[in-house]
Amino acid sequence: MMTGATELRGQALAIHNLSLEFPTFSGAIKALDNVSINVGKAEIVGIVGESGCGKSVTTMAATGLLPRGRYRITGGSVRLFGHSTLAMDDSQLQDVRGKVFSTIFQEPMNALNPTIRIGKQLTDVIMRHEETSLPDARRIARDILADMLIGEPERVMKLYPFELSGGMRQRVLIAMAFSCNPGLIIADEPTTALDVTVQAVILRLIQNRARRTGTSVIFISHNVAVVSQLCDRLYVMYAGRIVEHGATRTVLEAPQHPYTQALLRCLPERVAPKQELEAIPGAVPNLLHPPAGCYFQPRCKEAVDLCRSQSPPLAGADSQQVACWRRGVAPELSEQGSRK
Amino acid sequence: MTAGVETMARPVLEVSDLHVRFPASRNWLGRPTSHVHAVNGVTLRVRAGRSLGIVGESGCGKSTLAQAIIGLAPYEQGRVAIDGQDFQAAQGREKRQLRQKMQIVFQDPQSSLDRRLPVWRLISEPLHIRGGHSNAELHAKAEQLATAVGLRPEHLDRLPHEFSGGQRQRIAIARAISTDPDLMVLDEPTSALDVSVQAQIINLLLKLQRERGLAYLMISHDVALVRHFCDDVAVMYLGQIVESGPAEEVLGDPRHPYTQTLLAAAPSFASPLPTLAEVRTSELPNNRKLPAGCFYKERCGKAAAGCEVPQVLQRLGAGARCARCHLAQG
Amino acid sequence: MSAVIPTEPAAAGAAMRRTKSVSERLRYLWYLSRRSPLTLVGAAIILLVLIMIIAAPVIAPYNPDKVSLTARLLPPSAVHWFGTDEVGRDLFSRVIYGARASCGAAFMIVLISMSVGVLIGCFSGVVGGRVDTAIMRLMDVVLALPALVLAMALAAALGPSLFNSMLAVAIVRIPAYVRLARGQTLSLREQVFVKASRTFGASPFYILRWHILPNAMSPIIVQATLDLGGVVLIAAALSFIGLGAQPPTSEWGALVSSGRSYMLDQWWYATFPGLAILITAMGCNLVGDGIRDMLDPRLRGR
Repeated sequence: MMTGATELRGQALAIHNLSLEFPTFSGAIKALDNVSINVGKAEIVGIVGESGCGKSVTTMAATGLLPRGRYRITGGSVRLFGHSTLAMDDSQLQDVRGKVFSTIFQEPMNALNPTIRIGKQLTDVIMRHEETSLPDARRIARDILADMLIGEPERVMKLYPFELSGGMRQRVLIAMAFSCNPGLIIADEPTTALDVTVQAVILRLIQNRARRTGTSVIFISHNVAVVSQLCDRLYVMYAGRIVEHGATRTVLEAPQHPYTQALLRCLPERVAPKQELEAIPGAVPNLLHPPAGCYFQPRCKEAVDLCRSQSPPLAGADSQQVACWRRGVAPELSEQGSRK
Repeated sequence: MTAGVETMARPVLEVSDLHVRFPASRNWLGRPTSHVHAVNGVTLRVRAGRSLGIVGESGCGKSTLAQAIIGLAPYEQGRVAIDGQDFQAAQGREKRQLRQKMQIVFQDPQSSLDRRLPVWRLISEPLHIRGGHSNAELHAKAEQLATAVGLRPEHLDRLPHEFSGGQRQRIAIARAISTDPDLMVLDEPTSALDVSVQAQIINLLLKLQRERGLAYLMISHDVALVRHFCDDVAVMYLGQIVESGPAEEVLGDPRHPYTQTLLAAAPSFASPLPTLAEVRTSELPNNRKLPAGCFYKERCGKAAAGCEVPQVLQRLGAGARCARCHLAQG
Repeated sequence: MSAVIPTEPAAAGAAMRRTKSVSERLRYLWYLSRRSPLTLVGAAIILLVLIMIIAAPVIAPYNPDKVSLTARLLPPSAVHWFGTDEVGRDLFSRVIYGARASCGAAFMIVLISMSVGVLIGCFSGVVGGRVDTAIMRLMDVVLALPALVLAMALAAALGPSLFNSMLAVAIVRIPAYVRLARGQTLSLREQVFVKASRTFGASPFYILRWHILPNAMSPIIVQATLDLGGVVLIAAALSFIGLGAQPPTSEWGALVSSGRSYMLDQWWYATFPGLAILITAMGCNLVGDGIRDMLDPRLRGR
């Protein structure tokens, strides 16, 4: 997706070349490096990667959820429905949260106040953002709980969070996220802690609701199979950089980046039983002292000298973009074969 | 008569009609008034060199089953036998010997290692407990084991937090093979790890099995992993095995309605998201008061006459497959 | 040049975090304390008190017991920095030597109550059942005893002395450590690494010795450091009412007590020892708070 000025207005979220670091005693951890993510209206976009790749940090930085003073933005911009969120202070962000965008996190128990009943938590959120009376807010809450296939919404609204199971709590949170009809929902590993049957229900509910109301969704996960079922487009992150993105089917059926290819070969689903899985040798780079050039080159079978000196930009067609010198960019190099 | 899961050679582990329950509430005298029925009549066998996978969702009792087998949870009904000997009934030296034959690898590599002890001490702990070795001997043995699992011997004086998650799980595996066990219980060994690290650990476990003829009992919620790793599988629901047999057959062609739902819900590249009709939306029943008749009846889409009686695990046809559902026959 | 693809064992090495050298550790400690200046203040105070205790003969200008009837009740001056008491002893020297009795007593009290309390608490937590319940009820009884009353009873029975009042305070503070240690033990028992040890066949005492005690000590030491401040006050209070250090031993509480009669005209007599008590107690509290914050994993940066 191009990021020209006219296209920006149509985007739900446009993160452009965002770079971020965390200062620590031993130095600055370069958590994000020139990350660009675009989510159009009514799109479901997935961000996949392993732990430490920066997928959560990206959206948290974009929505102002990182603790102040603990991080430093070293470049780039974020536009949420045209508003630049990096420049906003807390009160402006408060107004925008819930109404313009909403977030669902992984641990439902931590996101709900254990001492307040479900009904009140829902109506509090609704009344914060919509100008409604309490009876109207209750009605909206009941409707949205029923939409999430929670039986007997009246009874559930009188319960406390600890009286519900994990799956029910997560459904309540999703209901809360959808309740103010935001334009964008950010779901950060919402089903990782849940059983597969519950997960399937929740994914379906998110997909159905999003398609019906035209809400955009960003779905962050380390589980590639889940993302393959839910998302239209996919971003693959590695060590704080985007290494590949494009339509989900295209990226997963014909992956271009060596990391994406290696990642898919690791999955037990893709291999015959008892066969050795093709594990990726080496380990994720230390972001305190990242390697020069492409971050994946120490582990890449196809690395050449150029990979070790310059980091490749994202390039390619609209349907699939890769950050790799051996693919798509600098065609004369990719034809040179393995000049190691 | 109920049939158990059979695998090829002599059974290393044999569980017979195991029932595990915990007191849930007590009256003022301290006597329990109600129980959580975690495991309700499980029978299984694992033979040397083979792997049995236990799949199920939270509340199905698979973790409790692992704990009861390994001796962390007491039980009143049933029998767990290692190499033919009853484990819970054993005493003294016999029990110590049996303990050596069976080891467990836990899910979270961080909390299963004591943060304050150096890694060589952690790896050799089972031998240290057994006694009779000097520190130098333990250190040397730890180096041998570390090499066997792919760790560098020079790093053994460091503390666990200086290692990555995958390396910590290797440390836990090295610790588990230190007594040369016949059976390894793997309780979700890779759930806390990244996919690429998971691949490394799975390869290591398969390698160790080939080299040492280990029998594995793997508890997991990841159906794809179990299909790849295990020879046989048992699907658990509410403390019972509802379907069992060779992994490829059971997971490729499930007969029990619960297994079918589980497989429909499991995320996969090959299929789109299941419809809401395919995945039940109701909640797991309470295991304090077990349902009458078939445990799965309330959530089952195919409930019919005949489901009000308790279902029995029956063989399907001539092979090693069993299912606990009268509708699965034929 | 071939791209070096690390083999498995080498990969394990490549991914290791470097262990910190001694100088790096010290610099890290400095960095942590810089974030909380009050802790530094507290540490400086403790350091000062330690110097007073160790180097008393070197620092004190006069012999603290030297009586001089011509120099009675002199106000603070260049010769006697803190003035003199009613028999002409230099108060500055007495305050410096007093640190030994006051802080020494406080330290011993905390050490005794911590050691005994931790042993009882861990044992109780590991054993569980009726023994555990019996021990905890006994601790409830001990908790109900007020320190000063017990000290008075012991003094009446065995004679007033610093040792007896120390014993009394130590006994009364044991239950707090028992509770803390037992709580730690109960929660550590559920940790996965303890369960792992059980599966290897470890006896409860093995687990106590190798896993529970080392891991439980961290919050207990924090508690002990915080306690030090309070105990300094209690020891001073006991000496104040005459149950602790007996004359002519100089001890801050006893000095304040003697100085009480001269408060109106000779303000310096009670003030300086009182300030010493105040500052030492505060220093211990600040350091205890600082250590607790440093050990709190949530607040810990990298």
